[in-house]
Amino acid sequence: MALEAGKQAPDFSLNSTPDQKVSLSELRGRRVILAFYPADWSPVCSDQLPIYSELVPEFRRYGAEIMGISVDGVWCHAAFAKHRNLRFPLLADFEPKGEVARAYEVYRKKDGFSERALFVIDREGIIRWSYVSPIGINPGADGILEALESMEAKKS
Amino acid sequence: MSLKPPVGPQDHVQGNPDAPIELVEYGDFECPFCGQAYYSVKALQAALGDDLRFAFRNFPLAQAHPHALPAAQAAEAAGLQGRFWEMHDVLFEHQDMLDQPNLFGFAAALGLDMERFGRDFASPEVAAKIRADFLSGARSGVNGTPTFFVNGERYDGSWAPQDFIAALSSLAGGVAVPP
Repeated sequence: MALEAGKQAPDFSLNSTPDQKVSLSELRGRRVILAFYPADWSPVCSDQLPIYSELVPEFRRYGAEIMGISVDGVWCHAAFAKHRNLRFPLLADFEPKGEVARAYEVYRKKDGFSERALFVIDREGIIRWSYVSPIGINPGADGILEALESMEAKKS
Repeated sequence: MSLKPPVGPQDHVQGNPDAPIELVEYGDFECPFCGQAYYSVKALQAALGDDLRFAFRNFPLAQAHPHALPAAQAAEAAGLQGRFWEMHDVLFEHQDMLDQPNLFGFAAALGLDMERFGRDFASPEVAAKIRADFLSGARSGVNGTPTFFVNGERYDGSWAPQDFIAALSSLAGGVAVPP
């Protein structure tokens, strides 16, 4: 079961490019959307992430940054992001493999990749909404947008 | 997963306004699956006739498909001259010819007022309309292109012509499926 609303989002520091790391704690004061997905290049992910890419300005309107996370390495992420023209970072949960997915309780040990899971985290680093989609189903963005809207209403 | 907002005056709608079945597509003019779905929708319209009305909303994945947004602009600009559907059809029938000179060529071939078309094509109003369509799709649970809504609910079934016709005609109370 994925970590639920109300829990502190586990901190992490992962490479977004070969020479850049992103830490969740650096983003304190911003809202953060974490989109765990099984793998670069898989057909469903290839539909899901471009939709989020189009919505980056909409997420920013709510003061939120989105980041994709999978167990793929930085070079694979770089090629995938370039091919799809993605406008948000993809983080490499690569070594130790799946460590961050495990911390969020969305790692599929048997498969060696993460669930297709979404987390919306508030400015204090508390998870406000989480969702695990059936692995072959693209969850879209409606749940994220609803969560952000309700956080905005509560100023969280 | 339901359609927000419902079909209204802002939409491009084809078919009988009182039809028992309302189909809404969120589509991208450069997406190859939408190109296939175009022919499925045509088959569905032919089979269901007055039992179906059809609305199209823009869902351009502009980063993935560089021509998707200009093509949507062309359709909306044609729409401002009452020719949305003709442009919609031309675009889906020429998905490999969506660069700007061709878009303007299609507009000229439809006999549009080209000065106005050029203005509308680049106008903030048209951009805002496309963006509003996109956001309504994101809100409604669109998770890829094409995504269909039938009578306001997301349709996750097959849109291959025979499956689509069978699924929707059952809603109309048993419309005959053509051989």
